[in-house]
Amino acid sequence: MAEKDVRLMKGNEVIAHAAIRYGCDGYFGYPITPQSEVMETLMEEKPWETTGMVVLQAESEVSSINMVYGGASTGKRVMTSSSSPGLSLMAEGLSYLAGAELPCLVLNCQRGGPGLGTIQPSQADYFQACKGGGHGDYHLIVLAPNSVQEMNDHVALGFDLAFKYRNPAMILADGTIGQMMEKVELAPQRPRKTDEEIRQECGGWAAHGKGDRENYNIITSLELKSEVMEQNNIRLQAKYRAIEENEVRYEEILCDDAEYIIVAFGSSARICAATVEMAREQGLKVGLLRPITLYPFPSKAIAALADRGVKGFLSAELNAGQMVEDVRLAVNGKAPVEHYGRQGGMIFAPDEVLNALKEKLIK
Amino acid sequence: MKETLIIAGFGGQGVLSMGKILAYSGMMQDYEVTWMPSYGPEMRGGTANVTVILSDKKISSPISHEYDTAIILNQQSLDSFEPKVKPGGVLIYDTNGITRHPVRTDISVYQIDATAECARMGQAKLFNTMILGGYLKVRPIVELEKVMIGLKKSLPERAWKMLPANEEAIKHGMEIIKQTK
Repeated sequence: MAEKDVRLMKGNEVIAHAAIRYGCDGYFGYPITPQSEVMETLMEEKPWETTGMVVLQAESEVSSINMVYGGASTGKRVMTSSSSPGLSLMAEGLSYLAGAELPCLVLNCQRGGPGLGTIQPSQADYFQACKGGGHGDYHLIVLAPNSVQEMNDHVALGFDLAFKYRNPAMILADGTIGQMMEKVELAPQRPRKTDEEIRQECGGWAAHGKGDRENYNIITSLELKSEVMEQNNIRLQAKYRAIEENEVRYEEILCDDAEYIIVAFGSSARICAATVEMAREQGLKVGLLRPITLYPFPSKAIAALADRGVKGFLSAELNAGQMVEDVRLAVNGKAPVEHYGRQGGMIFAPDEVLNALKEKLIK
Repeated sequence: MKETLIIAGFGGQGVLSMGKILAYSGMMQDYEVTWMPSYGPEMRGGTANVTVILSDKKISSPISHEYDTAIILNQQSLDSFEPKVKPGGVLIYDTNGITRHPVRTDISVYQIDATAECARMGQAKLFNTMILGGYLKVRPIVELEKVMIGLKKSLPERAWKMLPANEEAIKHGMEIIKQTK
């Protein structure tokens, strides 16, 4: 067996390596802190000389997301990365990608907003990622890595899910996960898909030349006949229901006997794992539920904990209270649900979360 | 074993790379490691810091507001991080430019005059490895052999000719560090 390829790397650097090793065909991006290392690493690695992957710095985020639209239209595995203000610029493109049912991967390494805000870590783009951001009834598949290793793993998972459902997938990280170095085991190099493989796998929809087919494949989100557009929407909604049924991922830490549950994702979940350790040392039965997919959200798992008699839920987020709304919907009045957060790039410490839990719920 | 360490000073003193050497060294010794830098505008001429955690167990939070050890390389960092050393913890500082010295009595305080020593030797580039040597004398959590592998891994190949000089600087740092409290 080949020796494991374990290295010490920043989360952003790992995104670049993982993309190359996954067999990604193209990256289109525009620099912004705290994720500029993604394109820097790609430029250093020069994958165009090895796998043939295209790496291109666009003139803006609007341009890069539309380059992604173009690449995805041909059935290629393409991606972009940015941070919060850049994602706002991409919002139109993401809606078009979802409307045209195009698979792609987008990294949002969040920073504090609103506006130009700060470059420090934040989770204030939960609503933007999970509830739209762009216009229309659509969803992105949203993954929330909590470690450098998951930054690696979620590249392959994101692309796989994007192609399985022909839907854009987003990795929703933040400055902490992007800038932090940890051990990571990189996946082995996979070859990029050949034109023939893309023709076989995506021939039903991708615009890569008519070949010997009878009809052209047309990529568009435009449909002026409302009767037809409603059917398009119904088809999208059926797809989202299938995603909600099949693709929920989450991690439970000491939830089995827990009287109180902290719900936290990404970097916050790492901090709250330490909160759970502290609480247990004090004899408090506290557990952590960490959504790994933010859309689809682990509503059933949270509802099951509420049904089992959990006394209270604390949604700990680096924002003013966003995911807490989904936790409340899942708990549906069966137990109190509170929020604790820091904003604007400030990060809570494990003991702060424990104090909030005591003040708001345990009392 | 779990060591939560902050290294803080000016940008350009080698704060981040010293943390990186330690993180690599810890990895060579099969520890779990996290390296979390301050990043952004404060690194351009202002203060820079990095939190490094080495542990024999999975590391939950890479962020901490209190530290087992603080390595302090300027006055601003001393003011910020002296209060955040855990009771019974360790504070190591370089006295260069320090006008207000540590005041806590519930922690162990060590001085290492590496800035002055490097100036005397005419070897400013060995500053951070000399500090690292002092730290390893006080907290021998990784073997010197592993540190040298970590150092090699964290340096580009063109800098490998400096490895013997850095090993000497580490050993010299171990000699010149002294406890004050």
